[in-house]
Amino acid sequence: MHAKVWGCRGSLASPGPETVRYGGNTSCVELRLGDGGVVILDAGTGIRALGIKLGEDPPPRIDLLLTHLHLDHLEGLGFFTPLWERKSDLHIWGPASPLKSLEDRIATYLSPPLFPVHLSDVPSQPTFHDVPEGEWEVGSAVITAQPVSHPGPTVGYRLDDDGRVFVYIPDHEPALGVDLKSVSPDWISGYGVAYGADVMLHDAQYTEDEYTMKVGWGHSSTDHVVTFAQIAKVRRLVMFHHDPLHTDADLEAILAKAKELWGENGGEIGLAYEGMEIDLP
Amino acid sequence: MQWDTRQKNLLLILARDVASKIATPMFVVASDGRLVFYNEAAEGVLGQTFADAGEMRAEEWSAAFRPVDADGRPIELKELPLGIALYERRPAHKTFRILGADGVQRDLAVTAIPLLAHQDEIVGAVALFWSEPQEGTP
Repeated sequence: MHAKVWGCRGSLASPGPETVRYGGNTSCVELRLGDGGVVILDAGTGIRALGIKLGEDPPPRIDLLLTHLHLDHLEGLGFFTPLWERKSDLHIWGPASPLKSLEDRIATYLSPPLFPVHLSDVPSQPTFHDVPEGEWEVGSAVITAQPVSHPGPTVGYRLDDDGRVFVYIPDHEPALGVDLKSVSPDWISGYGVAYGADVMLHDAQYTEDEYTMKVGWGHSSTDHVVTFAQIAKVRRLVMFHHDPLHTDADLEAILAKAKELWGENGGEIGLAYEGMEIDLP
Repeated sequence: MQWDTRQKNLLLILARDVASKIATPMFVVASDGRLVFYNEAAEGVLGQTFADAGEMRAEEWSAAFRPVDADGRPIELKELPLGIALYERRPAHKTFRILGADGVQRDLAVTAIPLLAHQDEIVGAVALFWSEPQEGTP
């Protein structure tokens, strides 16, 4: 399995000279499975460039897994080239709400007046799947989606491809209402889906000071993400969903703090950046 | 252990968070009826801390507090508000008497609601309850 980050900014695209090193595009990650299959995680603005790249050698099937429908995870979908190709075999997975299907929920955005074309009129006619309970298979990967603590229906994904586990939880506030350091792990949101991951891309939006003003907004502080990863015995933590107000220098200061908290517990910790590639051989 | 058994359902986690922050006694059970949490306010009514009681199977907690109706007849789990919420998937309300772990009988008014993640998926239930004055007491 091989991963490439096409967007790792949270909340709002933030291009400019102060974000050029880690990138300004919102959430999008490409996964190439062991059998060559293409899985995409989220459809933030990063998916636009990925779509152009995929157009050079169109894959027979694309599975797009959406964690939730906040705009920074969806706004690139209308600019994803394969959506407009009649021959695309595009499968879109994501959480339903308690009352509406995924397709109905996405159509709220991909329809006038927010978008010029209605979802029902796009040439590729994608197949929509409400994420199921339990495991399902896409190509060589076994995938699980689990609801996580974030406003509105939101899931984290776990992909197991030939025994290597990739976990993606870009928007997550596991510390909401619990003290991560004292509560039993089975009471921690996301613990089940993250446990034992070889690589985990996880929300790391706020500093400790910022978090105190934004409790309940659905994101993690530096301390929370490090603690959560250590409790879940994650081998490599990639800090993701960078705050749009954080410059490259801010992010590097956050990483220094995270490394201090991470200590000498083994494993790796780092910041996601656009163009980052991760191998899980 | 499989990954999906490591963690409680998110709705239960959020329900526990609410319970831990409110002053009204509240009881949280999983889809199989297992008691997974009650709050500090409930401890005074049930006569025992949750730390001492711990998680209990449905048969255990429903027997432990010996619920009886106004005529002193035992009430089965399926007739309790939480049992109705779990097995019939609808809200329920009832007044009955329990025997607390501290040996004190209390009259309770209990309202329970099912926790439905989707219309066809129950993940547990919660009950809010109030201690009512015993008949004949001022």
